[in-house]
Parts: sequence; C-alpha cells; structure tokens
Amino acid sequence: MKGRELKDYRRESRLFIRRALAAALLVLLALSAILARLFYLQVMRHDHFTTLAHDNRVKLLPLPPTRGLIYDRSGRLLAYNRPSFNLEIVPEKAGNLKQTIERLSRVIPILDSDRERFERLRRQRRRFDSIPVKLGISSREAALFAVNQHKFPGVSIRARLTRTYPLGAPLAHVVGYVGRISRKDLQRIDPSNYAGTTHVGKTGIERAYESVLHGHVGYQQVEVNAQGKTVRVLKEIPPQPGRTLILNLDSSLQQVALDAFGDHNGAAVAIDPRNGAVLALVSKPGFDPNLFVDGISSRDYRSLRNDPNKPLFNRALKGVYPPGSTVKPFMGLAGLELGVITTSTKLNCRGYFQLPGREHKYRDWKKVGHGITDLDKAITQSCDVFFYRLAHQTGIDRLQSFLANFRFGEHTGIDLVGERRGIRPSREWKRKRYHQIWFPGETVIIGIGQGSFQATPLQLAAATAALANGGHYYEPRLVRELVDEASGKHTPVPTVEHPIPVGDPANWKAIQQAMLHVVEGAHGTARRIRTPRYRIAGKTGTAQVFSVAQDAEYKENEVSKQMRDHALFIAYAPVEAPRIAVAVVVEHGGHGGSAAAPIARKIMDAWLIHQGHLPRLSGEKQ
Amino acid sequence: MNGATSPSGLPPSEPARPRGLLARLHLDLPLLTGLLLLSGFGLVVLYSASGQDMHQVERQIIRLLIAFGVLFALAQVPAQSLQRWSPWLYLAGILMLVAVLAMGVVGKGAQRWLDLGFMRFQPSELVKLATPMMIAWHLSKHRLPPDWKELLTSLALIGLPVFLIARQPDLGTAILVASSGLFVLFLAGVSWRLIGGLLFTAAAAAPVLWHFMRDYQRQRVLTFLNPESDPLGAGYHIIQSKIAIGSGGIYGKGWLNGTQSQLEFLPERHTDFIFAVLGEEFGLVGAIVLLLLSLFVIFRGLQIAGQAQDSYSRLLGGALILVYFVYLFVNTGMVSGLLPVVGVPLPLVSYGGTSLVTLMAGFGILMSIHTHRKLLPR
Repeated sequence: MKGRELKDYRRESRLFIRRALAAALLVLLALSAILARLFYLQVMRHDHFTTLAHDNRVKLLPLPPTRGLIYDRSGRLLAYNRPSFNLEIVPEKAGNLKQTIERLSRVIPILDSDRERFERLRRQRRRFDSIPVKLGISSREAALFAVNQHKFPGVSIRARLTRTYPLGAPLAHVVGYVGRISRKDLQRIDPSNYAGTTHVGKTGIERAYESVLHGHVGYQQVEVNAQGKTVRVLKEIPPQPGRTLILNLDSSLQQVALDAFGDHNGAAVAIDPRNGAVLALVSKPGFDPNLFVDGISSRDYRSLRNDPNKPLFNRALKGVYPPGSTVKPFMGLAGLELGVITTSTKLNCRGYFQLPGREHKYRDWKKVGHGITDLDKAITQSCDVFFYRLAHQTGIDRLQSFLANFRFGEHTGIDLVGERRGIRPSREWKRKRYHQIWFPGETVIIGIGQGSFQATPLQLAAATAALANGGHYYEPRLVRELVDEASGKHTPVPTVEHPIPVGDPANWKAIQQAMLHVVEGAHGTARRIRTPRYRIAGKTGTAQVFSVAQDAEYKENEVSKQMRDHALFIAYAPVEAPRIAVAVVVEHGGHGGSAAAPIARKIMDAWLIHQGHLPRLSGEKQ
Repeated sequence: MNGATSPSGLPPSEPARPRGLLARLHLDLPLLTGLLLLSGFGLVVLYSASGQDMHQVERQIIRLLIAFGVLFALAQVPAQSLQRWSPWLYLAGILMLVAVLAMGVVGKGAQRWLDLGFMRFQPSELVKLATPMMIAWHLSKHRLPPDWKELLTSLALIGLPVFLIARQPDLGTAILVASSGLFVLFLAGVSWRLIGGLLFTAAAAAPVLWHFMRDYQRQRVLTFLNPESDPLGAGYHIIQSKIAIGSGGIYGKGWLNGTQSQLEFLPERHTDFIFAVLGEEFGLVGAIVLLLLSLFVIFRGLQIAGQAQDSYSRLLGGALILVYFVYLFVNTGMVSGLLPVVGVPLPLVSYGGTSLVTLMAGFGILMSIHTHRKLLPR
C-alpha cells in the first residue's frame, strides 16, 4: 500500500513537472509575443507613433492680424478697429442651440434682433466659426455671464476688434465696409491666411485693398493637453498687421459735395488732373456702413433695398447716364483732330438737322435755332445741330475710336471693385448686343451724347481731367499711399497714365477756350457760376430720362420729378493750371446749368479757395 | 526545473543546513526580492502616471504594505490547513457571489461589491483564490491524472463562480477565475487530447458567448478588431495607448517626460493602462526590464510548485503563479493592442488595492508551500 502510494507520488510528481515545463514554455511564448508586439510598436513603427504623439499635443493657433486703418489725405480717420466684447457661440460645441440661447437669455437679455442676426450668420459661417449672439456687451453683463459660464459649453466672451467707420454715410460708397466672412467670400481669399480672421472687405476700398489691409496671419505653436487646454507656448510667429491706407480723397470736400446736392440725388466726382487723384467721390444718398459690419438686420436691409432712392447703389461708379451735351467738347475735339472741321467751320442752325434725303428732323433744344454757328459758339451755347452734322460727317467708326482715347465704354481703372464701363456705341457693339446693323441716324444723336451712349460720372470726371491737362489720361486713384506702421515705410500707389495722342495742341486749346466761354461767355450755358476768384471751364448737359415725341415739346414744370431730365455738368479749374476736374450728375435735376453747375462750383470753391489749392498764377489773367 | 530529474524521482529537498531568518519567517528570498523590485519599479512609474501626485503614491505604498502583510500572514499558514479549508472557502465565496447579485452595490454599471457596513468587499477576489483551492482539493483526493468524471465535476466547480462573476458583469475577473481553475486541471495532467477538445469546444462556443455578452462587451471586441472605427469613442483607449508605447521608442522619453501620459491623452493612465506610461517613458528597455522581472517571479513560482511535496500544494502553487502570468499577459496584451480591452490591472504596478491583496495572498500561499516542507529522507 505504502509502495503504491510512493509510486503514485513519483509518477504524479513527474507528471506535474512535465506540465510545469509546458506551462513555462507557454509563458515564454506568450511573453515573447508581447515583446515582439512592443518591438513592432516601439522600433518599427516608432516614427509613425512619434508623429501621432506630436500631432496630439502640438496645435497651431492662428493669430489674426490687425486690419490696417484708413485715413483721408488730411489725416482724418475713416476706418479703425474698436475693441469690444462679444458673447459668442461655437455651434459645434454648444449642442442644442435653441436651448442654449433660451437659457442664455435668462442671464443676459437677448433681443429678437440678436437672435435673428445669429441665425443669419450661422447659415453662412465656416465650420467651427464662433458666432456672436450679442455684440458689445457691458462689463456688468460680462460678469453675469462669467459666473454662469460653466453651464454654457461652447459659449464664451470674446474680445474683438470691431471695424468702425466714424464718418459713416458720407464715405460709405468710397471706403465701403467689412462683413463676416461668408462661404462665398472663401472663394476669393486664402483660407489659411484668414484662419483667425472673422471679417473681410465687402465693398469699396475695404474690398479693393483687402490684401493690403488684412495683413498676414501669425501662428502660435502651443502644447495642449487632452482637454485642449494650452499648457505652454512652444513657438510664436507674430502676425503682420495690415498696412494703413492714406487716401487722396478729402473727407471735408466729400462732405461739401454731399451737402451741395441739397435734396437731390446724384453723383459727383472730383479729380486732380495732374495725377488722377480722386479728391471726392459722392453718391447720394449714402448709408451707414457700420450697420453691415456684424450683419445688418433684415429689417434694416429691406428698408435700404426697397428705398426708391437706392442708397446702396454707387451712382458715381455704377450709375450709367446718357452724357448728353457734356460730350460735345470731346466731339468737337474729335472733329478738329480728325480734320473733319476747323475752328472756322460754320453752319447755319435753323433748329433742326436732317439726313440727306430723309424727312426725319433731329431737333435742337432751341426751337428757333442758333443761326450762324462755329465750334466755339456750338459748345458755348450747346448747339445740337452743329454736332448732329459733325457726328454724321465723322462717321461712327472714327468717332467711337476717338472717344475710346478718353476711355468712354472702358473701365477707368479706379482702385475700386465693380465700376461699370457704360456704353460707347459702335457697329461692333450693336452687332454683339442686338445682332443688328448700325443706322446712320444713330450716329447723329450720338453727336449730342444721347441714344445708346452711356457713361458713369467717374468716366466723365476722368475724361474731363484728361481734356484739362492736354491729353494725359490718368487712372483715377483713391488711395495715395500705403503705410507700414511697424517700419514707418510709406509706399506710394503708382499713377497709371494712358496717354492720348495729340495731333495739334491748338485743337485742344480751342476746346478748352470754348469750355471757358461756357462759364465766362455772355451767352454761356453756365454763366451763372462765373466767379472773379478763378476761371472755370465747363460744359453743361441734360440727359433725357424719357423721350419727347417728335414735334412735341418738353416742358420741365409739366412733367413729374421722376420723369424730369438728369442734369449734368463737367468742369475744371483754374483754366490756366487745372487743379480740379469735376463731373456732377443731378438725377432729375433738370438743366445742367441750373442744377449741376452750382454744385460743381461749390466743390471747386471748397477745394481751391477754402482749402487753398488755388495756384499762384504768374502773368495777368486773360 | 532544476533537480527535477533527480535519480530517486523524489522532489529535491534542501540539505539540512541552518535555516535563516527568512526561512524561519516562512519567506522565500528570491520570490520576495522579485516582488519588491516589481513593486518598487511600479511606484516609480505610478508617480509619473498619477501626474506626479505624491498623495496617490503614498496611498499605494500603504496598500502595498497591507498586501505584503497579507502575504506574510498567509506564509505562516501551512498548506495542509488551507487544504482543509478549501471547500468551505469555496462555498462561502459562491454564497457571497449570489449575495452580490441579489443585493450588491452597483458601481460603474456593474454589481461587484458587497457592503459589509464598515467596508466594501469584493467576493470575486476571494473566489480567485478559493476556486483553484477547491479544484486542487478535489483532484488531489484521487489519483492523478484525473479521470473524466473528476474532470466534469471540476469544470462544473469552475463554471459556477465564473458564471456568477460574468453576470455582474466583470469579464476580466471571470477570465482570471476560469484560468485559475483550468490551470489546476492542466497541471493535474489532463490529457492533451482533452485539452485540444476543450479548446475546440470553446472556439465553437464563441458565437454563443457573443449572444450572452452585454453591449459594452461586444463593443470592446469590435473595437479591438478595428480600433480606428471609433477613434473618439471606444477605440480611443487603444489608439492613445499604442501612440504612447510606440512613441516611446527603444529608450523612452524619460521619466515624467511622456507627453501622452503627462498631457492626459492616455486614459486610465495610472490604473489599467499604466503599462503604456512605462512604455512611453522607459521605452522598450523599460518594458523588457518589467517582463524579465515578472518572468523571474513566474519561474521561481513554478519551481516552488515543482518542489512541493504533495499534489494539493503543487497544483495550487502552480495555478496561482500562472494566474499572475495571466494578469501580466492580458494587461500588456490589451495595452499594446494585441488583445481586446478587458479590465485587468498590471499586477503590482497598477494603482488599486483589491486585486493587489489577492495576488499577494497567492504569493503568500506559495511561500508557505515552500517553507513548510518536511525534510524527507533522500
């Protein structure tokens, strides 16, 4: 019995030891597998996981640059960045937005207009954009929220710089405004450069000089923990702030021009003929650009959109008007330079013009006619018949190619976005536009700036400046120079000239002389704005809003204001050494001489006399 | 093991030499050294993994002291006494498991604790010891290897607590309890053919098991198969832990310099996922040190079991040391993305008390087995 137990004992012990050895082998195998796995992770895939670990902890935070300021030529601030505090939500982090805002409104009053703006901005935002629920909160409200912040994930108070336009409406059409970046804007900006930026220039100079004003984004490389909290800053590349703009424009001249319009709507552009500097660019009425910065409420927007005066419409840049008689100096110059007429060419104006062999009468504005008329008289008294014949004799092809020198029907090249080119009628233009051939009768009315001829006030002003300076067409420039605030370096905006070939300077002189007589002559259509202080050269014009039937008479006081003609006036002064060229369009103003010319005079007075830009003239006045 | 093939076939016995202080205290020097080194290394890693929180390290030191106290206490109890208590401990464990299911305290979505008024007790920890004891007791009454009747009763004795624990649900502990019992059967010499058959049955039962799994358990298996499918949810643990280990490289980023662990990208960094902290800060070298220390402890444990003088001690000692191995393997395998995520801590290193005490109790039993041998004639 004992022997058997002993035998069993030995056998069992051997059995156990075999099994224990097998277990040891299993242990070795299993731990080798772990080791192999660690080798794979830590040696073979080490670089891969190092990258992942780095990506985990290192984040790039964009540092948005500060937007450049905008000053007018005399140093008045037109656009700056006002520090403010906004209550903002990142929808991706906030969960149920409706509830969040509802609960927020119990802490800080949130108006319906705030909700509405929030909804609107939310629709057009980028992902993970922070959207303001309430703008410019007070320090009391900020404190109230701070106490309750833990209840509102994704909601925070952000210090923002709000773009502000202190002068408001008078400069709205020039400076424009910025607005929050929409999905559409993303197509014209580099998203990485705008990583921390919330606003982008939408119109005006803010848009045209966006790349200069915006600057370049900076970055902060930070180490974050798993909660996304910044633990420390590893590296920082500071943003490059946008450059400051100094305009050629003078805001007080702008205001004078605006006031000069009185109750009328219209546009006025003043340009320095020596370099194309835009001194004033007015489109009346204007609007408050500050409304647009953080999203305009739909009620405000609706009222602006539905206003019959169209305050959002930039008339100076986009308003196309028949230039009317204001093109006569250019037509006269074409006749002289092309050799169709001379200064002594005369014609007996009997009140109408007829094409050879045709019945149709092209009427002069003066029913009885001007009698014997030469070029000087035709411009001074604005004889239509003279120019009917001149246009007919010149022919549309030569006429339009000469007018192209003054960039009618072309972009002036002003440093703004969205200018219209107007229409410089030609055979080619008509074929393209209407698939029709050109009729000789059309040429006739082009001679007095009617028919399909259309030009913007800006085009008229730039062309007048080129006429004044004897053939130097400068692209209009609103911005004079860019200033790098950090280095103090000033970079002038270059002037661009499109020289106009001059056949005989005497021809130009003759036209300038005729324009002088418009103001100074005893029968000049703008004689009432004559001044002893300096001499003005100009030309009145009237653009038909509705055409008067053949043989019918247009009586100004009989038609309603909406049907009244637009009044136009182009001018420059002083004649001897032009410092300012002006184009004025008064919508439904009636006659150019009575409605538009006084506005031009006020602008020129302000610039030349009150602001002292009248040059000292050597020699005596002629 | 060494001396296992002595000519007499008897287990090697120590020559009659003067017994040292440690032997009189019933402690085994190699095993104790290994455990102390592991615990020390663990505390160093824990200091970093806790975000340099000395308070947590102190609490862990207190737990270790308690655990070593339990080890010392159990080392004084002769294996024969344990053998006698085995069925009663097992019975008590089963009853408490039932009690837990009936009126236990719910925590973390599972019912694991029994509130005894003055402390919370986790009966599954007792069962971790009682199950291998019960199976060893059951098998050592008869000749080894066990016949099929003993095998079936053993499987039933293992299955009961495993089922009760899995119901809590606590998959990690269920696996540990099951493996502790199955290791006894394996060491008792169940034929390889039967083992093969069992493994095959288990594989075939996997779909059935799937059916009984809770949603979160299924999710863990799915996540294990493809962690990238849910990088911010369930897969987050595995992805971050692999990044931590992989970015550690051969020599590691240095103590307290692991970005994954210090910046808290690594979840449960001081408990179940502490091995990733070790891998990140001490690299492959540090991991090898841990594995070698553990291997030393396991082999010393197997050697002690091999030198034991009766079947009960052998089976129990072998099973207990292999359970330690399962802890180690499941935890490191899970943290390195080799196995699915099951809540098993890294023994002696992870922060936490209950399983530490149970483990040390197991090592205490091993020491008792080694130091209570009678000197047998050669």
